[in-house]
Amino acid sequence: MPATTANTSETAGRFGPFGGQYLPEVLMGAIRQLEHEYEQARNDPAFWAELDRYLTSYAGRPSPLYFARRLTEQLGGAKIYLKREDLNHTGAHKINNTLGQALLTKRMGKRRVIAETGAGQHGVATATACAVLGLECVVYMGTEDVRRQALNVYRMRLLGAECVPVESGQRTLKDAINEAMRDWMASVAHTHYIIGSVMGPHPFPTIVRDFQTVIGRETKEQILAAEGRLPDVILACVGGGSNAAGIFYPFIENESVRLIGVEAAGEGLEGTRHAATLARGHPGVLHGMHTVVLQDNDGQTLPVHSVAAGLDYPGVGPEHARWHAAGRAEYTSATDVEALDAFELLSRTEGIIPALETAHAVAHTVKLARELPADKLVVINLSGRGDKDCVEVSRLREQDRGRR
Amino acid sequence: MNKLQATFQQLQATGRKALLPYVTGGYPDPETTVEILKRIDPRRCACVEVGIPFSDPIADGPVIQTSFSAALEKGFQLDALFAAIRQNRQDIDVPLLAMVSYSIVYRRTPRQFVETAKAAGFDGLIVPDLAFEEAEDLATIAREIECPLVLMVAPTSEEQRRRRIAALSEPFIYYQSLAGVTGERDKLPADLADHVRELREETGKPICVGFGIATPAHVAAVCEVADGAIVGSAIVRRMNEAVERGESPASIARTVTDFIAELTAALP
Repeated sequence: MPATTANTSETAGRFGPFGGQYLPEVLMGAIRQLEHEYEQARNDPAFWAELDRYLTSYAGRPSPLYFARRLTEQLGGAKIYLKREDLNHTGAHKINNTLGQALLTKRMGKRRVIAETGAGQHGVATATACAVLGLECVVYMGTEDVRRQALNVYRMRLLGAECVPVESGQRTLKDAINEAMRDWMASVAHTHYIIGSVMGPHPFPTIVRDFQTVIGRETKEQILAAEGRLPDVILACVGGGSNAAGIFYPFIENESVRLIGVEAAGEGLEGTRHAATLARGHPGVLHGMHTVVLQDNDGQTLPVHSVAAGLDYPGVGPEHARWHAAGRAEYTSATDVEALDAFELLSRTEGIIPALETAHAVAHTVKLARELPADKLVVINLSGRGDKDCVEVSRLREQDRGRR
Repeated sequence: MNKLQATFQQLQATGRKALLPYVTGGYPDPETTVEILKRIDPRRCACVEVGIPFSDPIADGPVIQTSFSAALEKGFQLDALFAAIRQNRQDIDVPLLAMVSYSIVYRRTPRQFVETAKAAGFDGLIVPDLAFEEAEDLATIAREIECPLVLMVAPTSEEQRRRRIAALSEPFIYYQSLAGVTGERDKLPADLADHVRELREETGKPICVGFGIATPAHVAAVCEVADGAIVGSAIVRRMNEAVERGESPASIARTVTDFIAELTAALP
């Protein structure tokens, strides 16, 4: 059970100046109900016991902490461990959150679930949790992502979910969120919105983080068992930032542990074709939260780009904005090309095909581990597997060869 | 007291009802907005809601979204719209209400946004994606600058919330007729009249009703219980069609005002 207490004051859910609830009045009743229900649930051992049963016997937890010997040797520096979230049922960390929120949905007496998805991993994990718990499920997905992630669209439909293509805006993750919010405006009485990352209005950033901290808690136990001490560095990719929040949070008080979030630098930070929110953004309000966002001087959201659909988002979770402002975590970025190279490197050296999102964390590790001595310990949150990306990567590599 | 507040005081004193038309601002260009606003009759329209195009409008249906995207694609700039309205404000008789996302307000800071809007000639603002919990500072600033903040009550708002909203909202309360996004509907919700009566008894404030109101018959029905009817998507759909046909600013303005005349003819 997570150890923190929720803030239930009126301007609730603040992480320093970030967070809050910036929502239309019509959704406030449901948000209040969710706050209340979650407060009850988080203090109810029976709730966590039920979630634990699903996480172990259904999702396959705990996930292993694996020493990547060949990658370590190849880079010739720090000792690298991989937290194998890719081995979870459905192939990513997303299932930790969707099982938790689907159980909350049932607790609230709601029968229908909506979700947004970028890469499709959260959509699949939501469809899965809804299938096993007998809930109706609708997933919104930008048409650009539907194209990039056709396999996940098929999986969602196979799992009994309706996958609704979103044509508005940039046709990617942020637009899928807009459309899910619009659905929720009308359906709030009987529908729960399972947000996929540590973002959106309070209490979502707290709920999602709490459900994902299982990653960091296990990592701590596992590294202590393997090495007898805490790691020196933990790396994770950051789009909205749920896998990063999940592995960072249990180490926040352990100040000797460097926490590094890796954003998507796309085609480079000099231009506009990237999604490196913390590197290039400003404080702003988007999707119900006060956080750091990529927007123009009028407050219009800027177009973003990443080869990884799950990082293709112009905001970041408010708790990351706070860790960034407070200097508790560092945030850097990796380009599309660096991520593609890391995708191939990890596949060849370890026989593990990482998700393109995850490959951004691997890419930065390649630079970092080389600089560190052999007695340093580095943990990468290997947040998802990359089967879903194989078609798109082979297409991109063909295109590259064509250009050359 | 500003023009908008005076209008509502007068409506309440005389028991007259009004239309509150919504048009997308700067769409397809600021000139068109000015052309429309100049032709609006303040005796029938209590104010015009000028929607500020936004990249991520979560409370709007497809019709208004389409107008926002088209305006932004054509390079919509907030300052250009404000400048156009300011330069023509003496030829515009109707009070103006800016309907704007908090993302835009926050970016300029609430005080600077309200001051700029006021200087451009706006008489009030509505921020549809901001509930009262986070709106109190903005409401205070808006009152100070005499460009008051109108808040929304939804069918899902419980009594305690309704009272809090009413205490902040000036000079009227925007009642959202249904849980959902903006857009035309065939029928008005069956419980609308009851909700409006209840809200009036609780608050004593003028109430205008929006969301789903699309026809002269809807306007007439709403005005039996409320002080004003707000029509958005039905107007913007006609704007979208006129823009699609490549009509001139004057011609788009005529299309809009012809439809507004049909709607106001239904006022009691």
